[in-house]
Amino acid sequence: MKNIFKFFLSSIAAIAIFFSSAQADSIRIGTEGAYPPWNAKDESGKLIGFEVELANWLCIYMEADCTLVEQDWDGMIPGLIMRKYDAIMAGMSITDERMKTINFSQGYADEVASLAVMKGSSLEGMDTPKAINLSTGGGDVKKALKTLTAALAGKTIGVQTATIHQNFLESGDVGSVKVRTYKTQDEVNLDLAAGRIDAALAAAVAFTDYAEKSGKAVVLVGPTFSGGAFGNGVGVGIRKDDTDLLKRFNKAINTARKTGKISELAIKWFGFDASM
Amino acid sequence: MLEHLPRLLKATKLTIQLTLLSLFFGIFVGVFFAILRTSKNKILYYTSYYYSYILRGTPLLVQIFIIYFGLGQVEWIRESFLWIFLKEPYSCAILAFTLNTGAYSSEIFRSAFETINRGIVEAAEGLGINKMHTFLKIKLPIAIRQSLPAYGNEMILMLKGTSLASTVTLLDLTGVAKHIISTTFRPVEVFIVAGSIYLLMTFIIHNFIKFLEKRYNYN
Repeated sequence: MKNIFKFFLSSIAAIAIFFSSAQADSIRIGTEGAYPPWNAKDESGKLIGFEVELANWLCIYMEADCTLVEQDWDGMIPGLIMRKYDAIMAGMSITDERMKTINFSQGYADEVASLAVMKGSSLEGMDTPKAINLSTGGGDVKKALKTLTAALAGKTIGVQTATIHQNFLESGDVGSVKVRTYKTQDEVNLDLAAGRIDAALAAAVAFTDYAEKSGKAVVLVGPTFSGGAFGNGVGVGIRKDDTDLLKRFNKAINTARKTGKISELAIKWFGFDASM
Repeated sequence: MLEHLPRLLKATKLTIQLTLLSLFFGIFVGVFFAILRTSKNKILYYTSYYYSYILRGTPLLVQIFIIYFGLGQVEWIRESFLWIFLKEPYSCAILAFTLNTGAYSSEIFRSAFETINRGIVEAAEGLGINKMHTFLKIKLPIAIRQSLPAYGNEMILMLKGTSLASTVTLLDLTGVAKHIISTTFRPVEVFIVAGSIYLLMTFIIHNFIKFLEKRYNYN
């Protein structure tokens, strides 16, 4: 009888500890699950990808219980503000425009953007440098943008909606191209392969990943882009008033960087070290 | 919010265009299949029957995705003359909406034809009016009057259905609303304004149908 009583008490204590720790320290992280290799889903519907694994490690460093919440890209920031989750890890670049509404942790990875076309397109073989950084400016960048403006005149370019890529095309830096916006990167890829759009703009790895998996002849053209409208790397999006959580994420990202965890995961998912 | 209103109103133009064009073509599709349904020929009858059964039995979103993303994956379609038409999201949307509203309209018109009093048709026959004339001058006007309330409903459903055009990159009222939200991150205000514009259009359709019902009331 005494033993049963003991067992009963300890069970209650265990449950109490479990719940209190879960309540005090559970973080919900929003991700899209449709932007491989950053975040995606496997065939069984389980979330996979660079950010999914990184999120798990960050949570271990923060000693927090985390749950991943799926959210469509176009409602990502509104979802954070409406407290559907507490942080965003969805390949979201740190830009001034988004900083008006939410905070970002320090960047954890950086990756360049690129135009892609189907093999045989007239846009292949543009005479531009390999990479341009819009923040540095200078003659090379101006010249490259001029070449792009001329080549892209009258062309229809597909992008995922509400991305840095859309912002760049609408900024006027490459003239007035026809921009077509899609809900997901998958749909951009489908229409590129179908020939409905002349080119697409997204993270370079999004195209190489698609080309590899689908076997479609998608090729990168022109320079890779960084800086300016393309932001300053990818970070964790956090509500403005959650300053404690911001500090914890920054600390965890520091740890992940120092232990080489970010580099390790980046090489696993991107094929190169995209950590920052 | 006010600075975005002109963009929403401009997008409303596309929504109205999509609605009117789809309804216009849909009436022909609807009347055509409604007539087939009255046919004694088994093949014609079942063509119409299954057309309406399939199109009413699947979601409009699925239909528009099959037409836009699905057909776009088929190589021989991309190489045929059809691609001129199917390449554009605008024509794909019109096609999907027309086929969908055509199926519902055919059911509405069919039931309207069925309610026509047998005696009226017999009277026409007795007066020696030929079949074509009976159809155009007697059966059709009665059927139109009969189908007005149900068809008004279908018009409203079609208007709201055009919001799915935004899923195939068209910047209709819903598409632009989402676009604005993606830069302002204020879904509530934007959707309330967009919703009000839809409501206003529904109000107009509703009263237009009411006016027609009164005008053609023969009781």
